[in-house]
Parts: sequence; C-alpha cells; structure tokens
Amino acid sequence: MIALEKVTKRYGSTTVVDDVSLTFGGEGVAALIGPNGAGKSTLFSLVGRLLTADGGRVLVDGRDVTTAPSRELATTLAVLRQDNHVGARLTVGDLVEFGRFPHCGGRLTATDRDHVERAIDYLGLEPFRGRFLDELSGGQRQRAFIAMVLAQDTRYVLLDEPLNNLDLRHMTDMMKLLRRMADELDKRVIVVLHDINFAATYADRIVAMRDGRVVADAPAREVMTAEVLRSVYDAAVDVREIDGRPVALYYS
Amino acid sequence: MGALLGVLLAGLTLVSLFVGVSDVTPASLLAGGADGTAAFLLAASRAPRTVAVLLAGASLGIAGLIMQMLVRNKFVEPGTTGVTEFATFGMLLTTVLAPGLSVMGKAGVAAVFGLLGTWVFLRVIRAVPVRQLVLVPLVGIMLGGVVAALTTFVAYRLDLLQSLGQWAQGSFTTVMAGRYELVWLAGAMVVVAWFAADRFSVVGLGEEMATNLGLSYRRVVAVGMVVIAVITATVLVTAGMIPFLGLVVPNVVSLVIGDNVRRSIGWVAGTGALLVLACDIVARTVRFPYEIPLSVIVGVVGAGLFLWLLLRRRSRAH
Ligand SMILES: Nc1ncnc2c1ncn2[C@@H]1O[C@H](COP(=O)(O)OP(=O)(O)O)[C@@H](O)[C@H]1O
Ligand SMILES: [Mg+2]
Repeated sequence: MIALEKVTKRYGSTTVVDDVSLTFGGEGVAALIGPNGAGKSTLFSLVGRLLTADGGRVLVDGRDVTTAPSRELATTLAVLRQDNHVGARLTVGDLVEFGRFPHCGGRLTATDRDHVERAIDYLGLEPFRGRFLDELSGGQRQRAFIAMVLAQDTRYVLLDEPLNNLDLRHMTDMMKLLRRMADELDKRVIVVLHDINFAATYADRIVAMRDGRVVADAPAREVMTAEVLRSVYDAAVDVREIDGRPVALYYS
Repeated sequence: MGALLGVLLAGLTLVSLFVGVSDVTPASLLAGGADGTAAFLLAASRAPRTVAVLLAGASLGIAGLIMQMLVRNKFVEPGTTGVTEFATFGMLLTTVLAPGLSVMGKAGVAAVFGLLGTWVFLRVIRAVPVRQLVLVPLVGIMLGGVVAALTTFVAYRLDLLQSLGQWAQGSFTTVMAGRYELVWLAGAMVVVAWFAADRFSVVGLGEEMATNLGLSYRRVVAVGMVVIAVITATVLVTAGMIPFLGLVVPNVVSLVIGDNVRRSIGWVAGTGALLVLACDIVARTVRFPYEIPLSVIVGVVGAGLFLWLLLRRRSRAH
C-alpha cells in the first residue's frame, strides 16, 4: 500500500501539493489526471523520495519513504519521471541492466538476466538492444526507460506521462502492457495520463488533481462525466457513449 | 582490440626501461649481474619512472572519467574545473608554511585542497544551473583562473615563481626510487574506482534515477570527489601538471566503447597509461640526450585530439 497522509509541498509561497491524503495499491492500474501544473509530477517525486514534503508523510507498505533504507525501497517502488535526459552513451541493454541495480548491486545473477530479458521482450526492444540511447527515436528511448523500470521488478510502478513521444500503436501497446503488468505480474501501476480516454479504457480508478488538490477519485467510469471533467480541466468536454463505453470528445 | 592495447603497453614498457642516456640493455644487465650499474640504474631510476608514468597516465584518465560521470558533462576533468589549481595552491602553501614537510604530507595537503576545489566547483554549477554543456567547463576554467591568479600573486610576493613554473611543467625526469612511491596511491584510487564502477555509471544517469535505483547519490559523489582529489594531488606532487589527458582519453574511449563505466574503465586506464608512456618516450628521445618536458608533448597531442573531438561532435550534431 502507498499511503499519503496530509502531504504538502510548497515552493516559496505557492503550495503545489496541498494537504493530499490518498492511498494506492487496491487496484491494478490507477490513472492520475489533471491539467498542467496540477502537481502530479510533484506528487510522484514526493512518493519516490526525490523531494521531501513540507508537511505530512508518505508510507510505502507502512514505511516512511524518507527514513526507509533507499536500496530496499528501490526493490518495492519504482518511479519513472516525465523527462529523462541521459547524456551518457549507454546501450539499451546497459540501461535495462541498471534496473537490476537495487537487487544485485551491478553483478547480475541468472535471475537478474531473466528479468532483463523479460523486460526487453515485453517492450519489443530486442532489435535495439545494442544501440546507444542517442541513436534512438524519442519513442524508442521512452520504451527503453520503461523496460528499465520493468526490470526493476517492483510491486509499485509509478510512471509519469509514459505515453510521451509514442505513436498511436505504441501508445495502445503501452497501455496494454501496463494492464498486463497489473494482471499477470501482480503489480500496482500508477500512471499520469493526459488522454482521458486511455485512462477510462485501461485504468481501474482515476484520480484527478487540480491546483495541488485531489478533486475526483473514483472508478474510471464515474469520473468520465461532463461535469467532473469540466471541473478538473475548466474546459467543455462532451462525453458520449460509444459501444457501451464512455468516450470524451474534447477536440471541438 | 584489448590484446592490441596490452601488447602495445608491454612493448612500450620495455622500451621505456631501456631508453636513456646511460647504457641499460638486456645485454649489459646480463653482463653486470645483479650488482652491476645497469641493474642499479634499472631499479633506482628506469623502473620507478616507468611505473610512475604508467600509474599517472592510467589514474589521470580515471580522474577525468569519474568527473565526467559525476558532472554528467564530457568536457570536464580536474584541469578544467579548478581542481588542479586548488591543489597547486595547496602545494604552494606547504612550500611556504611547512617547507620541511614530507612528500606524503605535501600530497596530503594538496589533496585536501583538491577536494575543496571539487566541492567548490560542484557547488557553483549546482547554484548556477548552466544550460549549455560547453559552459560548464568554462565556469570551471574561470574558477581555476581566479585561484591560479591568487597562487601566482602569492608566489610572486614570496619569490617562488620558479617553483610554480616547475609544477606547471609536468615531467618525470626527477622520478627515482624513494621519490615516486606516492603514485601507488593514485593506483589505489584506480582500484577504488574499479570497484565502484557500476555506482559511477548509475550516478551518470542523474540524481533522480540514481535515487530511484536505491543508490545513495551523495555518498557516491563523495567517494568520486576523493578519488579525483587524491589522483590530482599525487600526480601533481610527483610529476607536475599533465594537461588534457583526463579530458581526451575518456572521450575517445566513450566514442568506441560507450559510457558504461564497468566496461570502459579498463580501456580508459590502459589508453591513458599508453598515451603518457608514449609521450614520455618521445620526450626522452626527441632531443636526445636532453629531455623536453612531457607536458609539452602531451599538450600538443592532447590539444590535437581534443580539437578533433570537438569538430567531430559539431559535424555530428548538425
Ligand atoms: N522546482 C520548482 N520550483 C518552483 N515551482 C515549481 C518547481 N517544480 C514545479 N513547480 C511548480 O509546481 C507546480 C506543479 O508542477 P508539476 O507537479 O510538475 O505539475 P504537473 O506534473 O501536474 O503538470 C507547477 O505550477 C510548477 O510551476
Ligand atoms: Mg508533470
């Protein structure tokens, strides 16, 4: 269970995460949505001990993330940030192997290699394995980072806008992969998404943030109404039923 | 390719043992036996010099490599970040305040100042987030410039400019048994870096990814800083400044092998040792029987390689 208890983060006088209490871990895939600047990435950073909260605390399986041993935490919780710049010339294979670092400290065992193979296979990266990261397209690189997080083999996986840079097919593949991670590998995936239709189709639960607060938190279907989406995004969104599923139209 | 590097290193090591003003050859060694002049020269001068050159070359390459991983910038090394200048200032202080200090003591003080320099540099680039990669070493060079100016001023006032000039010219001419053992310390730092290789790779992914992978970012950076400072100081005290090496060697290796430290560290150490050894042999033979300063040769070769890297980078970027 990931539990946030009255978590607050401020930058100067602006509060970007405002007294948020939430728990994750009950459902396979939870989507975190909200307009730019709502505080989604900051929330992830707080959970991933990349930032320290100004108030409240974050517990992962009952342990405070700021005091729990970092290496152990890294075997239960993985956070992939929104922008990842790696200047170093590493191959896709190298990067995915680093995902095993918390488990083996660099010396890969047979089990570690199995995890690496599985991650590379899941993300369809076999053809790029020996390529340097700077020789990949943005989408291929994004998949390499996801593979690294998958190889880390943690119960909780937090992905900040993993659909960035992906084409239509790979977006769908990615969402299906997240589903498989939850259903087949029994992981708990929390994912920041901008396309609410993807959220509605693949997530079990949608949490919506705005101005640092949680403004909606319900099963996907219940969040997909014109009223809720308007209050989240401050924009007119039409929700239609297509083939028995709610679809948000926001292109007009 | 690894075998080639090994053969070259072994070959040049032999050449280095047998090149010099006095006659030391396998034949003279055999003729003189264990107590002959040739054997004495080999043990007292040639062997120490060769070892010092190899260790200095390998460790300077490693210092550059580690620094580049910590800063995540390809253009940094102790000489472009003020570390060398800080260490030199430390040496000047020992010369003034504690002239009787042992070589070890001098190196210790220089290392502490080198550490201070690394810390100041990391602080400055953290406080002033520099967007452009090439600006990072410029900040370092400016920092070094300020410290070097202060050093020169103090040396001028105390009539020590000559010593300063000597340190600035890296050379292994005066290396002999009893005066070079310090470089083993630099060698020890190479071993430390070897053991921590994966950690340095992970740190090269950035603080956030390193934290996500459960690495204590600060601790690894601290270890890296000590490795850099000790290498810089010991080489400075033993031989003086050797420019460009920490910059050029890791960059050339990176082009071919990549930046996974576990894989590249041996190449960096080997190539660094080979480059300095080759330059030292040239320095000893080009105006035989006189020697020219090693730093001149390394400077020319290094600057050429560096220019090539820069131009290459540009043609790739656009
Ligand atoms: N380092 C920072 N300093 C000051 N303000 C920041 C910093 N990082 C983020 N912010 C602000 O915090 C708010 C939330 O940012 P973020 O969590 O990245 O939003 P989201 O991911 O939901 O788009 C934004 O208004 C942003 O400008
Ligand atoms: Mg964000």
